[in-house]
Amino acid sequence: MPPEARTKRPTAGSGIPASRANVARPVARRGGDPASSSPVFRLDDLSVYYGSFKAVRNVSMSIPQQQITAFIGPSGCGKTTLLRCLNRMNDLVDIARVEGKVLYHGVDLYDEQVNPVEVRRRIGMVFQKPNPFPKSIYDNITFGPKVAGVKGNLEEIVERSLRRAALWDEVKDRLKDSAMGLSGGQQQRLCIARALAVDPEVILMDEPCSALDPIATGRIEDLMEEIKTDYTIVIVTHNMQQAARVSDMCAFFTAEINEHSDTRTGILVEFDRTETMFSNPQDERTENYVTGRFG
Amino acid sequence: MAPRPGESGVLSVESLKGAPGRFRKESAIRRVFFAAAATSILISALIVLSLAGEAWTFVTQVDYSSLWTDGWFPRRGMYDVKTIFVGSILVTIVAMFVAGPLGMGAAVYLSEYAKPRLRRTLKPILEILAGIPSVVLGFFALTWISPEIVQRLNPESSLFNLMAAGIGVGILTTPLVASIAEDAMRSVPQALREASYGMGARKVTTSTKVVIPAAVSGLVAAFIIGISRAIGETMVVAIAAGATGGSLFNLNVFEPGQTMTAAMASMAAGTDAVKGAGLTFQSLFFVGLLLFLITLLLNVSAGRFVRRVRQRY
Repeated sequence: MPPEARTKRPTAGSGIPASRANVARPVARRGGDPASSSPVFRLDDLSVYYGSFKAVRNVSMSIPQQQITAFIGPSGCGKTTLLRCLNRMNDLVDIARVEGKVLYHGVDLYDEQVNPVEVRRRIGMVFQKPNPFPKSIYDNITFGPKVAGVKGNLEEIVERSLRRAALWDEVKDRLKDSAMGLSGGQQQRLCIARALAVDPEVILMDEPCSALDPIATGRIEDLMEEIKTDYTIVIVTHNMQQAARVSDMCAFFTAEINEHSDTRTGILVEFDRTETMFSNPQDERTENYVTGRFG
Repeated sequence: MAPRPGESGVLSVESLKGAPGRFRKESAIRRVFFAAAATSILISALIVLSLAGEAWTFVTQVDYSSLWTDGWFPRRGMYDVKTIFVGSILVTIVAMFVAGPLGMGAAVYLSEYAKPRLRRTLKPILEILAGIPSVVLGFFALTWISPEIVQRLNPESSLFNLMAAGIGVGILTTPLVASIAEDAMRSVPQALREASYGMGARKVTTSTKVVIPAAVSGLVAAFIIGISRAIGETMVVAIAAGATGGSLFNLNVFEPGQTMTAAMASMAAGTDAVKGAGLTFQSLFFVGLLLFLITLLLNVSAGRFVRRVRQRY
């Protein structure tokens, strides 16, 4: 990672709405007890349905600020579904419906008056497969700020976002080239840069490395470590080693089979500091999973 | 069961040959399908040849001064091709002013806004519109569009006019444009829409700034294929545009006029006299060949655009 990427931080008055950059936030102690700082999200008995199918049931948890929280668990246990409730991306699925509460700094995201568009400006998302727009690198980054009506210096936002995503040095001479010409790992870092460009508070990552090789994965993990001083990150991953490497907090989900309908509903088994989850899990199912005996 | 080499000790070429009848059957089936494919190509080639033969006669024997006169009156030896060419262009322009916005708008709605159930209802209805016989639409254009729309807009307009014909052709072309444009937009990966929504873009921004630019090649192709369809449309124009015997050169869409297609149809329809008068008969083939070349060019270029959009994903 280039050294300047480590030192560059978002500054106030640089064209980005001064939403967070200059607002003091309580700094969570690294690896500290999540209950000690005010959480970003509090899920309260949250269940998610697709039509009559219950995908996730009765999840309650608190996601701390400026830490990396990982969702792990076997396929089909509702990790992604839950993640997509955190910025109302599930609204795009017509038949999706939630019960319970998702509190974001105490505000219910599913309140009738809440506009999902506003939610997603504060809570950005990086997807499983890199999905840059078939536009230039520059236009990919400026899309979000333009949508948000930012009038400031777009060039500066582009450079800062790309530096933050450790991509600047590789693309600075070809910002006008199509993003489709980048490698998979570069595309995913571009997508992270694109998410950072609107200066969200939270970044949701849905298996961001599943389509990448180990080297590209390593760079994304370094990057996550790097930006978590400024952002709260929630990551879904299938890769337990990745969860162990990057996350501070870890939630283990599993699927229980419903006897009558042969469908699976995801449940939260255990949620704790990552070290505890991997060294001294309280639940036998967690232990079986993290030791590789299941899943 | 065939003996295994380990058991019998020998594996010969004979034992791997398979049944001889099977090979013969497969090659027969292949020939049948080849014949079907070849026939359709052959028919196309024959059409072009038959056009080209008579058109060549026309080109070699026509008096070139008769190609640039005041109008298209083939029975009188006035072959002013520009009259009917301009007629075709005018009708097509009017048609695309109708089919472009309507077709694209319908496509955006169906692809981006309509809920799946509504789309499943609306798309077949749209396709029914495509199935209306053009002669019916021609009468609709003459008896309703012309008096109720065109003559209200412009009271001086004659009942038979290029405008009404163009609107009729546009209505006929709309489903085609909508269908192709919708396919192009639906082929834009959902991941791009999610990327846009994930950054707090609204639906209208996502449609106009992400989906439409990503599908632009397909949309251009839809438009070009629409043009090609509009130029080739005959019946609506023959009925609603008037000027069956011939047409003076005319740039006013509120006046009667003739298109290349209508000119061919009206000359060939039920008149034994076509063959009699000099090169009248051959002139129709010349116009036909021109039409063929124009639509071929349009369709090839549309195909290029479609391929370009496919390559990207």
